[in-house]
Amino acid sequence: MNGRNGRLAGTAASLLLTLFGLVFVTFFIGRVMPIDPLIAILGDHAPEDVMARTRVELGLDQPLVVQFGLYVWRLLHGDLGRSVMSSNLVTQDIARYFPATIELATVAIIVATLIGVPLGVLAAVRQGSVIDKVIRVVCLAGHSIPIFLLALLSLLIFYATLDWAPGTGRADVAFEGMNPVVTGFLTIDTAWAGDWDAFYDAWAHLAQPAGVLAYFSMAFIARMTRAFMLDALAGEYIITARAKGLSALRVIWRHAFGNIAVRLITVLALTYAGLLEGAVVTETVFSWPGLGQYLTVSLLNADMNAVLGATLVVGLIYMALNLFADAAYKMFDPRVR
Amino acid sequence: MSDVVKRAWLLSDAPTSRSQAAWGRRYRLWCDFSSNGLAMTGLVIVVLLVLCAVAAPLLAPYDPTLQELANRLSVPTAAHWLGTDELGRDVLSRLLFGARVTLGMVIAVVVTVAPFGLAVGCVAGYYGGWADTILMRVTDVFLAFPRLILALAFVAAIHPGVTSAVIAIALTTWPPYARLARAETLTIRSADFIAAVRLTGASSGRIILRHIAPLCLGSLIVRVTLDMSAIILFAASLGFLGMGAQPPSPEWGTMIATARRFFLDQWWVPLMPGLAIFVASLAFNLLGDGLRDVLDPKQR
Repeated sequence: MNGRNGRLAGTAASLLLTLFGLVFVTFFIGRVMPIDPLIAILGDHAPEDVMARTRVELGLDQPLVVQFGLYVWRLLHGDLGRSVMSSNLVTQDIARYFPATIELATVAIIVATLIGVPLGVLAAVRQGSVIDKVIRVVCLAGHSIPIFLLALLSLLIFYATLDWAPGTGRADVAFEGMNPVVTGFLTIDTAWAGDWDAFYDAWAHLAQPAGVLAYFSMAFIARMTRAFMLDALAGEYIITARAKGLSALRVIWRHAFGNIAVRLITVLALTYAGLLEGAVVTETVFSWPGLGQYLTVSLLNADMNAVLGATLVVGLIYMALNLFADAAYKMFDPRVR
Repeated sequence: MSDVVKRAWLLSDAPTSRSQAAWGRRYRLWCDFSSNGLAMTGLVIVVLLVLCAVAAPLLAPYDPTLQELANRLSVPTAAHWLGTDELGRDVLSRLLFGARVTLGMVIAVVVTVAPFGLAVGCVAGYYGGWADTILMRVTDVFLAFPRLILALAFVAAIHPGVTSAVIAIALTTWPPYARLARAETLTIRSADFIAAVRLTGASSGRIILRHIAPLCLGSLIVRVTLDMSAIILFAASLGFLGMGAQPPSPEWGTMIATARRFFLDQWWVPLMPGLAIFVASLAFNLLGDGLRDVLDPKQR
C-alpha cells in the first residue's frame, strides 16, 4: 500500500469510528440513561399488559448489545422512529424544518465572512493601532455576549422601538404557505414564484436572526484572520515583495492573503458548523421554525426520538464539515501534503 | 526589606537559590501582565466577581427569595438598585447569589475537566503506540460532536438541573485539553532531563506526574481561563433553554428565561442578568488573553 492509499484508509477508519461513536452516544443517551422509555411513551399509568407488549415490540426485552444492533439496523434504513409530539416520522419532520436552519446559517456565514475577513486583514496590517484595538474589543465582545441577549436586544431595538424589522417567525401570516415549496428556502421560493411582496417579507424576517448569528461568527472569523495575517506578514517573502516595489495592496492581498486562504477555508467550515449550533438558541428567541427550535421544543416535551434524530443529523453535518475542512487543508496546502 | 531591595532581589541576574530564581521569574511575568491594561481590567472584574459570590449574604440588600408581590417588575429605584423581577424579588440580590451558582458551575467543570484532559493527554503522549492511538481516537470522537446539542440531549435524558448541566458541559469540554497536553508532552518526552530522570530509575508514573504534567500546566491554565468564558456562556445557554439550573435558582441564564416574556415592556428585568453574564464572560476573556500573551507568547 502506498502512502496516499494508507492515509485514505486511515481517514476512512477514523471517520467510521467517529460515526460509530456518534451513533453509540445517541443510543446510550436514549436507552441506558435512568429514564424508562416505556414511561416516556405510555405514561406511568399504563396497564401492565400494555407495558409488557410495548416492551417486546420495541425490543427492550433483548440484551443491550442486541438492542444496539437493532438501533443501528433501523438507522441504516433511514428510520429515526416517530415523534411523539407531532406523530410524524422524525425524518419527515427534519426534512421540513431543516431548510430554514440552512437558510439562516448560510446567509449568516456569508455576511460574517464579507465583514470579518476584511476587518481581520485591516487589524493585522495596522497592528497595534487604534483601529486594531477597536476591532479587538468588538471581537472580544462578540465572544463574550450571550447570543440570546444579543437576540433579545435586537428585537427590543429594531422591532419594538424603531419598528424597522418585522417580529419573530419566518414570514408574515399573510404569506404563510402562499407559494409552492421548491427548495424550502423562502428567500428563493418566493422569487421563483415571482411573489415579490413575499420575497421582501422573507428577507426582512431573515435579517434579524441572520444578523445576530453573523456578528457572533464575524468575531471569530476576524480574530482568526488577524492571527493568520500577522503570521503571513512576518514572512521573508513579504519583505522581498515589498523590496521589489510592489504596491501595498498587492503585497497584502495577493502575497500574504493568498497564503492564508486555505487556512481560512478551514476556519469558515468550522464556523459554519458552529452556526448550526448557535442557531439553536437564536431560533428559540426568534421563533424561527428550524431544526434548532424543533430540537428545543422536543426537549421540553421529552420527545426523545425527535431529540436524538435531530442530534444525529446535526452531528453528521458537523462531522462532514469537519472532514471537509481537513480535506481542503490537505488538498490545497502543499506544506501538509 | 524595603521595596527597592526586594525588587533588586527579585530581578537579580544571578539568583543564589532556586526559590529566588522562581520568584524572580514570577515577578517578571507579573510585570509583563500588569502592564496590559485590558488584562488588568479583566483580573479586577474577576476578583470582584469572586468576592461578590463569596460575600453574597453580606452584600445582598434583601433575601433573594423574598417576594414582594405588590412591587412586581419595578424599575431600578433607590430601594431596589436593579429593580425587581416578576415576583417582586430584588434583582441585585438575586444576581449576587447567582454569581455563586455560575462560578460554582464553572469551577466544578474546570476541576473535573482539566485534570482529566491532562491525564489523558500526558499518558497518550508519553506512552505513544496503542495507548496513544486509542485515547486520541476517543478524543477525536468527542471533538467531532456539536457540543451544545450533545449537552442538551444528555441533560434532557437524565434530569435538567445544575448537576447534570455540569456533567454535560464537562463531557463535551475535555477533548481540547487532552489534545493540548499530548502536544506538550510530545515535545518534552524526548528531552535530555527526562532521559536523565529515567536513568536514575524513576517509574513512568513518577516521570509523568512530577516532570511532565507540571510543564504542561502553563498552556493548560491559559486554555482554562479562556474556556471559562465559554463555560459561563454554555451554562447560561442551558439555563436559558430550560435545561440548566431550574427556577427559583437565581442562575443568570435561568433568570433571563423566566423574565423573557416581559422583555418588550419591562426590558430591564431580563437585561440585568444578561449584562451580568456578558461582564463575567468578557472579564475571563480579557484575563485569558492577557495570560496567553505572558505565558504563551508564541500564540499571540
